[in-house]
Amino acid sequence: MEAPAVRLQGLRKSFGETTAVSGVDLEIGDGEFFSMLGPSGSGKTTVLRMIAGFETPTAGRIELAGQEVTGLAPFERDVHTVFQDYALFPHMTVEQNVAYGLKIRKVPRAQRRARAREALAGVRLEKFADRRPAQLSGGQRQRVALARALVGRPRLLLLDEPLGALDLKLREQMQVELKAIQREVGITFVFVTHDQEEALTMSDRIAVFNEGRIEQVGTPAEVYEKPATPFVAGFVGTSNLLTHEAAQRIVGRPGVYSVRPEKIHVLTGGAAVTPAAEPDRITADGTVAEVVYLGDATRFLVDLDAGGRLTALQQNLETSSEDVAALRGARVRLQWQQRHTFRVPDAV
Amino acid sequence: MTPSHTVRTAGRSRVRRLAGALHRRPRLRLSLLLTAPLLWLAVLYLGSLAVLFVSAFWTTNSFTSEVVKVWSTDNFEALFTTPVFRQVIWRSIGVALAVTALCAVIALPIAFYTARVARPRWRPLLVVAILTPLWASYLVKVYAWRLILSEGGLADWLLAPLGLDGPGYGLTAAVVTLTYLWLPYMILPIHTALEQLPDNLLDASADLGARPGRTLRSVVLPVVLPSVAAGSVFTFSLSLGDYITVQIVGGKTQLIGNLVYSNIELNLPMAAALGTVPVVVIVVYLLAMRRTGALSSL
Repeated sequence: MEAPAVRLQGLRKSFGETTAVSGVDLEIGDGEFFSMLGPSGSGKTTVLRMIAGFETPTAGRIELAGQEVTGLAPFERDVHTVFQDYALFPHMTVEQNVAYGLKIRKVPRAQRRARAREALAGVRLEKFADRRPAQLSGGQRQRVALARALVGRPRLLLLDEPLGALDLKLREQMQVELKAIQREVGITFVFVTHDQEEALTMSDRIAVFNEGRIEQVGTPAEVYEKPATPFVAGFVGTSNLLTHEAAQRIVGRPGVYSVRPEKIHVLTGGAAVTPAAEPDRITADGTVAEVVYLGDATRFLVDLDAGGRLTALQQNLETSSEDVAALRGARVRLQWQQRHTFRVPDAV
Repeated sequence: MTPSHTVRTAGRSRVRRLAGALHRRPRLRLSLLLTAPLLWLAVLYLGSLAVLFVSAFWTTNSFTSEVVKVWSTDNFEALFTTPVFRQVIWRSIGVALAVTALCAVIALPIAFYTARVARPRWRPLLVVAILTPLWASYLVKVYAWRLILSEGGLADWLLAPLGLDGPGYGLTAAVVTLTYLWLPYMILPIHTALEQLPDNLLDASADLGARPGRTLRSVVLPVVLPSVAAGSVFTFSLSLGDYITVQIVGGKTQLIGNLVYSNIELNLPMAAALGTVPVVVIVVYLLAMRRTGALSSL
């Protein structure tokens, strides 16, 4: 079997007294779009920086394509990085920035120019080759950084929250573009983000980080629909937990259960007479505490009679903002399919 | 309500009204703020420069040394034709350039240490240490160098094991002393630039395959260059205008400043003509430096 693109074994990193990464084991397959998702301070960026070689692990081992690189300097690794704030060289033109890595590797001038132009065309910036980074917008700089990292055709591309500084529209557009570029060049991408939606839409697999450890590794669907820990359930998607007593009364079993907001029907008034006895459905009554109108959908926060609070998301198919606003304080019945309830392993 | 209270609120409301009126008239506010300093600049600074320039076209009565206010370009002709003057002008420019180059070469590693190598909590202390010499009197420092460079002094003693003599008093001594004097003005802007240099630029360079030496050459130095140019504006103009250091450690060496000084009593218009030379040279230098972007980083 081919060696994985990245293999991390028992990786740890301490900065003085604080531990940023406390024991990470991970394998990332060749050609994968792999996301490291977690809140700030969860250690995901530190892991990325150790893979790039900017930080030396306190303990553990890093292999790239089967070769140990733990102690190697960044310039000895076949890895390129797209930095969070792009880190473009301010004194070079866009083209010089992109060609920098090729120049260091002593690629002949003509070839260097051609490849830099080609890479810039790949991110649709060929017209900006002679500009300075300061003359570009955030989204353009981001694409220059991407071209600069890709032009050397590394085996592995690391991306450290590259879309964090962009506005929503541009971010969504870049998500699609990044994914397309990755599919095209076939390079392994390791993508660090704190945005769960970004991780879910782009990744082949996701590792969810918390407090220097990996809580769960899985496909977006696995992480979203079967979170392994309460932390994952809360961080990926909206935390919708039914804890012990409420779980016993609603689900009929002890433990911690979760259901995603979009799976819950909010039944009002007359509709509430739907028989509760339907075996494949779970029902809970409550009072609407808050209504948040989102445009295409409405979010209901419902205080359950059995205790606890659930968030339910309803598409505004036939309702308007006035209709939903009137529901604040109303009695409602929540209903969802049995199979959408999943048990969350208790935190130890 | 007590009377004093009423008075105070009335006073305050008057101030508020005034503040409000000024807020609505930004031009009036600006002119009130700027009139005094602009007058200072125009009258005292530009005015005295103008007087200097105009008086350079006057002449003196060669018997009484009285200034004769007759228009003449003789002084400037003398500047360009008298070999001594030409020699001194070129020597002064050479000294200023040498001091600037030496300052840059010495300041770069020092600034690199204080801004990037030293532990962050020591950095402010190191900056203070670099600035401390500026608090000492200029004359005290120059006389200290006179002692260091004296016959059998510290310089001789230190160089003796290498089989060398100290430079003694002369042009070299002047350059060395001026370099010492103006070094802080070069270190400080470079220190600031290096401190503000984002770490991730260095990371990005290493990430793209550059070894540290290459990163220094291709990223650090080019980014810091405008600050070197900014520092050089200080070291160059301060050196060009100096005459006391040369007098104290320069032996018989003469720079423009010395000529101005020695002409003030006998031939004021000639001194004025000599005095316009550094002004012109510095304006040319500033224009050259502006092209490097140095002035925007001052």
